[in-house]
Amino acid sequence: MNNTARKGGVGAAQIILGLSIAILVIVVAVPVLLIFVNAFWVDGALNVKDVIRIIREKDTYQALVNSLIIAAGTTTGSTIVGTFFAWLVTRTDLPYKRFMKAMFLVPFMLPSFIGALAWKMLLSPRAGFINRFWMGTLGFEEPLFNIYSYAGIVLVEIMYLFPFVFIQVCGALERMDPTLEESARISGAGLFTITRKITIPLALPSILSGALLIMLYSMAHFGTVAVLGIENGIFNIPTLIYQRIHQSAGSFASIRTGTVLASILVMAAALIIWLQGKALSRGRYQIIAGKSFRPMELKLRALRLPLLILCLVYIAFTIVLPTVVIFLVGGLKTYGLPFTWENLSLDNYKFILFDYQVTRDAIWNSLSLGLGAALITMFAGVMISYVIVKMKVRGKGVLEFLGMLPFSVPGSVIALGVILAWSGRYGPNLYNTVWIILVAYIARYMAFSLKANSAALEQVHDSLVEAARACGASMWQALKDIVLPLVRPGMLAAFFLIFLPSLRELTVSIMLYSPTTRTIGVAIYTLNEDGETVRSAALAGIALFLIITGQTLINRFAKGRSA
Amino acid sequence: MATIDIQGVSKGYGSRRVHADLNLSVQHGECFTLLGPSGCGKTVLLRLVAGFEQPESGSIRINGSPVSDPAAGINIPPDQRDLGVVFQDYAVWPHMTVLENVAYPLKLAKKQRREMEERALEAVAMVGMKGLEKRLPSELSGGQQQRVALARALVAGPSLMLLDEPLTNLDANLREEMRFEIKELQRKLGITVFYVTHDQEIALAISDRLAIMDGQGRVRQIGSPQDIFERPADVFVFNFMGIANFIPVRRVGDDWLVGQGDQRVPVGRPDGAGELYTVGCRPSDVRIAASGPGLRGVVRRASFLGAMMDYQVEVDGVIMRVALETHEAIAGGLMFKAGDPCALNFHDLLWFDSVSAEDTGGA
Repeated sequence: MNNTARKGGVGAAQIILGLSIAILVIVVAVPVLLIFVNAFWVDGALNVKDVIRIIREKDTYQALVNSLIIAAGTTTGSTIVGTFFAWLVTRTDLPYKRFMKAMFLVPFMLPSFIGALAWKMLLSPRAGFINRFWMGTLGFEEPLFNIYSYAGIVLVEIMYLFPFVFIQVCGALERMDPTLEESARISGAGLFTITRKITIPLALPSILSGALLIMLYSMAHFGTVAVLGIENGIFNIPTLIYQRIHQSAGSFASIRTGTVLASILVMAAALIIWLQGKALSRGRYQIIAGKSFRPMELKLRALRLPLLILCLVYIAFTIVLPTVVIFLVGGLKTYGLPFTWENLSLDNYKFILFDYQVTRDAIWNSLSLGLGAALITMFAGVMISYVIVKMKVRGKGVLEFLGMLPFSVPGSVIALGVILAWSGRYGPNLYNTVWIILVAYIARYMAFSLKANSAALEQVHDSLVEAARACGASMWQALKDIVLPLVRPGMLAAFFLIFLPSLRELTVSIMLYSPTTRTIGVAIYTLNEDGETVRSAALAGIALFLIITGQTLINRFAKGRSA
Repeated sequence: MATIDIQGVSKGYGSRRVHADLNLSVQHGECFTLLGPSGCGKTVLLRLVAGFEQPESGSIRINGSPVSDPAAGINIPPDQRDLGVVFQDYAVWPHMTVLENVAYPLKLAKKQRREMEERALEAVAMVGMKGLEKRLPSELSGGQQQRVALARALVAGPSLMLLDEPLTNLDANLREEMRFEIKELQRKLGITVFYVTHDQEIALAISDRLAIMDGQGRVRQIGSPQDIFERPADVFVFNFMGIANFIPVRRVGDDWLVGQGDQRVPVGRPDGAGELYTVGCRPSDVRIAASGPGLRGVVRRASFLGAMMDYQVEVDGVIMRVALETHEAIAGGLMFKAGDPCALNFHDLLWFDSVSAEDTGGA
């Protein structure tokens, strides 16, 4: 339909396609390509020996192993926790299920490095509040739990990542046709057998897909490991890349190590994304209906109360407690003082918001970066999605491939690639400016925008555009009058999907910040590193407040629309 | 003058051929229907005419001037072809009110505000939607949405309208009502209509002329509704136009015998000189009696369908369907049960040679 080019000329379709390809190439493909080139191509020749040598270095090897250990632990734990809770809130007669479901999704919006910060305050071996209570008041010799350990890192990551599995499995269990289970029941199978033989196998693709998502996220995850691991020398791939480049101020050797590690991350991510696609396509025919049914509910009987208490304790312990601790510590005069009314005030919050240059800059930077990145990525995303979903034009395959890239490139890889691409070697030097962070944010959040916008575009039937063309509208007029108004909700969704997470972004910003271009995430992290715990906590509190308020407004808005 | 001339058009997707060397012309002021089974490529042809798709070769002319001709490098985009198009799924824009939908073509034509409103209201009234101008499509029924689509296609006063199965998604009563309205509008406005459907009832009711397309995208017959119904060119057309009995017939000496038995066909004889023929008739063209002259058979199934009785009768191994009105059956003592013997006679029989009978066009 859009092939309006006359012979020999360049039509609107070609211009849009070219522009879309250019954006993805410049923002995503070139940085990733530069990483591979820097890793494998030395002095104009392929050099695999050096790559192997770097991998076999003790520190890099250990970081690889650590990433694997942490990712494996986090994935296993989150899958068990997520599946169990998903089953509880969809398939049993647990009380207050709606409330529970909403609460289990809260960790989605909480930044995990702020969570890690809270747990550090609670469970660091000597200074943590719980450990001090354990040893001081209860008189034990040893601290209850040392958060600066593999177990600590894995547990904190589980708390914040399990919703990925939870939400997928909830969806699968809600959509599952109950007649599948009922027919098993009629054939004489007990509930335990049904769950084992019917329910779990049917939900397996969703479980797998959620688990792979967590593995991808955890392997490339910076915040939690940075906050909890460095104390005991536990580094994973992203934290090692950061540490090397940060310490050496960008020396050749450190960049080299970084690119090798980043290449490994990209390849692992691509493998995971591929596996996830397989798992999901297998699930497509198994869970037949898109409609929702009223699923069969298991009577918990005597277990009802204990399981309710378990859920409430879990929520109190993993969501309420850390959040409260952040706000309380943010109010303390000095870190270490007990929580009494005399020691608590709003002074830190006031100082951070109005008087302290560093944090004021950080808040301003994050807001403007988030706004800029969200706007640009939203518009670029809608254009690219339009070509991929709607247009029939030669060369689209290239764009489809490029469109997959943002999904499989972790944040720390983007940061490193952006450093390589924008440090003046190939044109403008943006290093140490706020622009390099903006470019990196656009690359990092492009995937969100593509997802939201292509979902919205798929709802816009081709015939709506064709009807406009037949009414005498040119392609541009049809886009402006028909397509844009109809995808506006998707664009809005993309905007907030980018704006809110960018307010708390750490992984990318930490690699790219300069003294004047700190973001909220960087400021929280560096204040904490410098021992300014109360100010770090106060800023974290403000960030949490911004994020939760924003999310609540959006949810309200979204509900209002769908009602 | 609004005419369509399609000459030697070929179109395919990948390795799948949809049309090869297709020729068709639509005359000024007529309602021309393209009728064929689903998947035969009739919608593709409409999209080629509208300019949503490009032919690989051949040419399409509208009003005598070429709009698609790859050999000459001509490809006029759909917005410059001056057409009205109505889609199967209505394609009414959900974010605009009825009036905004209908006025959109005028807005694009940069009409004065007053004129725009007047003509849009006129078009809304013409399709019987007066009073609903401010509604959003989500507040309309399917039939009402289709009326909006019709008004939108008509409002700019195109001389040529393309309709792609516009009634398929409506319920039976509405479908019947709308098809008369479309016909009425076409006659009143004197426009040329190119209508695509798989529903032979609509096609017969609405068309001045129609073309029957088979499953491979070949045109089998072009003619008036009566022509097509009464004088089908081949077995495919006959079969496609309604429930049909096909009776294999063989020549023995000067006689024509049914199936493998030895009963003679009671009426007519073929023009050709072949040995094997197929005889076709509609269930309503068969007269059934308890005894008397005609083909002897046995009732295998008797179904009471309300106003009609439907019998399945076996004659020497050949199954035929026979339909008659129930009151006639009762009056004439023709209420048979399964297993009853009977005699069949025919109003009319169509003779097809057996070669053409096997070519069902993939339908």
